[in-house]
Amino acid sequence: MSYTLEGSTGTWEIVCGLEVHAQVISKSKLFSGASAEYGAEPNTQVSFVDAAMPGMLPVINRECVAQAVRTGLGLDAKINLWSRFDRKNYFYADLPQGYQISQFAHPIVGEGIVDVTLSDGSTKSIGVTRLHLEQDAGKSLHDQDPQRSFIDLNRSGVALMEIVSEPDIRSPEEAGAYLTKLRQILRYLGTCDGNMDEGSMRADVNVSVRKHGEAFRTRCEVKNVNSIRFVMLAVEAEAKRQIGVWEDGGEVVQETRLFDPTKNETRSMRSKEDAHDYRYFPDPDLLPLVLDADWVQSLKAHLPELPDAKTARFVSDYGLSAYDARILVMEQATADFFEAVAKGRDPKLAANWMMGDFFAALNRTGTTIETTPVSAAFLGELIDLITDKTINGRIAKEVFEAMVETGQAPAAIVAEKGLRQVTDTGAIDAAVDAVLAANTDKIAAYKAGQEKLFGFFVGQVMKAMAGKGNPALVNEALKQKLA
Amino acid sequence: MSLDPEAVRRIARLARLRVDDGQVAQIQGELNGILGWIDQLNEVDVEGVEPLTGGALMAMRLRDDVVTDGDQAEAVLANAPDRDGPFYTVPKVVE
Amino acid sequence: MFELSLAQARDALRARKISARELTAAYVGAIEALNPEINAYITPTPELALQAADAADEALARGHAGPLTGIPLAIKDLFCTKGVRTTAGSKILSPFIPPYESTVTANLLRDGAVFLGKANLDEFAMGSSNLTSAYGPVTNPWTRHGDNRPLVPGGSSGGSAAAVAARMALGATATDTGGSIRQPAAFCGIVGIKPTYGRCSRWGVVAFASSLDQAGPVARTVEDAAILLGSMAGFDAKDSTSADIAVPDFAAACKRGVRGLRIGVPREYRMDGMAPEIEALWQQGLAWLRDAGATIVDVSLPHTKYGLATYYIVAPAEASSNLARYDGVRYGARSDGHDLTALYENTRADGFGAEVKRRIMIGTYVLSAGYYDAYYLKAQKVRALILKDFTDVFRDVDALVTPATPTAAFGQGDRMDDPITMYLNDVFTVPVNMAGLPGLALPAGLDATGLPLGLQVIGKPFDEETVFAVGAALERAAGFTALPTLRAGAAA
Repeated sequence: MSYTLEGSTGTWEIVCGLEVHAQVISKSKLFSGASAEYGAEPNTQVSFVDAAMPGMLPVINRECVAQAVRTGLGLDAKINLWSRFDRKNYFYADLPQGYQISQFAHPIVGEGIVDVTLSDGSTKSIGVTRLHLEQDAGKSLHDQDPQRSFIDLNRSGVALMEIVSEPDIRSPEEAGAYLTKLRQILRYLGTCDGNMDEGSMRADVNVSVRKHGEAFRTRCEVKNVNSIRFVMLAVEAEAKRQIGVWEDGGEVVQETRLFDPTKNETRSMRSKEDAHDYRYFPDPDLLPLVLDADWVQSLKAHLPELPDAKTARFVSDYGLSAYDARILVMEQATADFFEAVAKGRDPKLAANWMMGDFFAALNRTGTTIETTPVSAAFLGELIDLITDKTINGRIAKEVFEAMVETGQAPAAIVAEKGLRQVTDTGAIDAAVDAVLAANTDKIAAYKAGQEKLFGFFVGQVMKAMAGKGNPALVNEALKQKLA
Repeated sequence: MSLDPEAVRRIARLARLRVDDGQVAQIQGELNGILGWIDQLNEVDVEGVEPLTGGALMAMRLRDDVVTDGDQAEAVLANAPDRDGPFYTVPKVVE
Repeated sequence: MFELSLAQARDALRARKISARELTAAYVGAIEALNPEINAYITPTPELALQAADAADEALARGHAGPLTGIPLAIKDLFCTKGVRTTAGSKILSPFIPPYESTVTANLLRDGAVFLGKANLDEFAMGSSNLTSAYGPVTNPWTRHGDNRPLVPGGSSGGSAAAVAARMALGATATDTGGSIRQPAAFCGIVGIKPTYGRCSRWGVVAFASSLDQAGPVARTVEDAAILLGSMAGFDAKDSTSADIAVPDFAAACKRGVRGLRIGVPREYRMDGMAPEIEALWQQGLAWLRDAGATIVDVSLPHTKYGLATYYIVAPAEASSNLARYDGVRYGARSDGHDLTALYENTRADGFGAEVKRRIMIGTYVLSAGYYDAYYLKAQKVRALILKDFTDVFRDVDALVTPATPTAAFGQGDRMDDPITMYLNDVFTVPVNMAGLPGLALPAGLDATGLPLGLQVIGKPFDEETVFAVGAALERAAGFTALPTLRAGAAA
């Protein structure tokens, strides 16, 4: 049941915790009025504060604080009404101040929880130790010049949330599920876009291994892993490495490591070996961050419905399976799309259409729910056309493909292509008669007991009617005439 | 508490101050003199006293989330001793 | 021209009895004549000053005079001035030209002031003698009777104080982290006030110790200091520690008198080894206040003696972090190195002077793993006790009066062997910074050798008005008219 790794000396268990750095969605930086937007020309989004010019001072951004509080509330965590910023002192090329403003001793958010669902359907609660606000560093570019690294400070001072989990994770799958769920919650809250490609979400992975029932052994930190898949691979690779070290009679040394996805292994970061002594102390340029309980309450009142609650509601209100509900809730936009389609319609039909043809079309055309020409209103209309028997299910698929291609409304496509279902019994009878007349041998075989041939007759009739015959009426007419 | 030469070197390294071997003894003497004098604080009973961290005794103001700054790369880079186009430069960093 | 106080010059300008250009030209001339000897300015800016004076004359002609229109001032070279080199007295900032103007100097410009140039100071404001400046020491304009050996002007705002004392400026900006306004004011026989922490914006002032640094003026009279502070002070949203409190009419407060005030005399300020003349001057000051209708009350500030040791943990700790940004990458002087660490170590070893390096190392040590609690945390707790001492006595008194310094100005060669002896200069001023209170120093008499001695008035938070009232009453009673040996307008 639980995940283990087999070594030469027996069975090992993984112990893992994640430190996730999530870039806060805000217009301006945590302590300066420069833009926090991604991808600008080098050093154009830099205030004198971000460049640590002499005499420059930080002033905190209310929205960044609100985003951290919203995130804390979304993780069901304790909001600390009194928190404080400390300086973490170290020298680095992309750290202009010579210190990072962070929250060390008194974070804004305390203990919380993330519930994850695993592939076998079981659930697990992963504890969140804390969440704090801090500044991002600038960026060093190493490939522009043979002798020098170039520094761009556009990222310098952008607000990050560091979200630290408890060492509750026991498998690569759990690590992936935790990160996926955390990312989903942040995206629902609108506090982080979760875009790991652009680095707006990064994870440091703490891994150790132990034999069953043991206390924790020494852990290593794998820094800056930038995709969910890599996190899962890094957990496994690092755990296996450590098992190897222990089983060879060695000792795992606490250190910082890097994950190399091409080799699927971790390696020591020697450049960080220089003994760290961050000399944290309260930033004297800032005052304690004191939150008003009513303000926190009003942020709470305006939180969106979060994935777990939405999933439960989809199950209870729409009668969906938990599995289907979770898939539709994965992204806020999908869930909203589903609700728009399902409104006043058969929710199961809506869910089937979305999870079937609609998702397949998105995949095939490389579009997203935001960019596809098929709007929720159009998909709903299509379902209406099926329900009111204007078209049958087969024609519906054809109409849908035309919607994907042209972006037209389904009714327009039906009208234009003359796809309206034929319910005229005269026309159906004529088509049935023609098919039967052409297949007298098969009628005999059918009557002799080859009942499977009924489907053949239906197919022939539909084909003759260019697929537009009402299937129920066609069946009825065939049954009558073959009786 | 007093510093030995190794501690002097360690502090200088943390502070990114080059200290030549010939300077260590003098610095060690000066720092130990100051630290010894500071040790008079051991006389003070601070049992139960809350530390005073800052000069201003109020809560922090929060600013609105508006872009009010930036778009001034020239001003930001104008004082750089070794600028290359829109970048600051440092000796190559190997990660 | 040089006899006019700032208030008198302002009135003369408004009455068009003198022009701003005449006034500024006179001070520019004084700088040319005296700066080679006194070295009060690192960077005089005569052309800019004369241009500003012409603009002031135009404003005066149009009847658009601000509170300081046409008043020539020296600016401590710790305030960033847009387009004018700002060194902080350090070699590491020798090429630095700020692309921005500090809030305090911007306020002065708004009110029409004329800047004569950037005044010398101890490197990064760390010092009590101006001997740590990378741009050479400042010479105190005062000398002892019959003794021409150069004396220190005090520090760190030694250039500002010397410039005002020698009539090389009508007033000056200064900053005070542990006494850097009040001690040089006392050594140079002028007035200086460190306002309440949060009264003047720190934005654009090169930081030394953020929780202690405060800007304030030095000037010839208490009223002049009040006028200058009125312009310098004010809420600034760019400084999170700036107080959103209205700036009262400080100059009006100078006329209030002290009748009915209760003046506290902290017994712990009676120190071993303090010059008897200073003790006598202190008693004289209290007598003047009693005569003017104040009640004198003995009070106790039991943690006074721990102020300095606390300061020499807190200030270096903050400085070690504040000065980390001087790394030779984005501005300032750079010394090459074969890798990033060597670049940093060489730049900082070459760019900082001995005292700054000493304090960075002390600060680094007291914050380092294993020592934080014993030093930094302990110091913060003692700091809380120092504040509590003041809070307790201010329940009973309106202001405190103490000596400003334990001695008069000393010689440039003295007290250089041992840093701690130098640190003791600030014994009376440091506790005021630790508690964030306003403190004013003013000249009240001369010692036997003819050097000025100062008294200090300490007030409640944001009650500079009472401080000015008491200071002005002492000034009136003292009638201090002595002038330094070196000064503009002196008979040659």
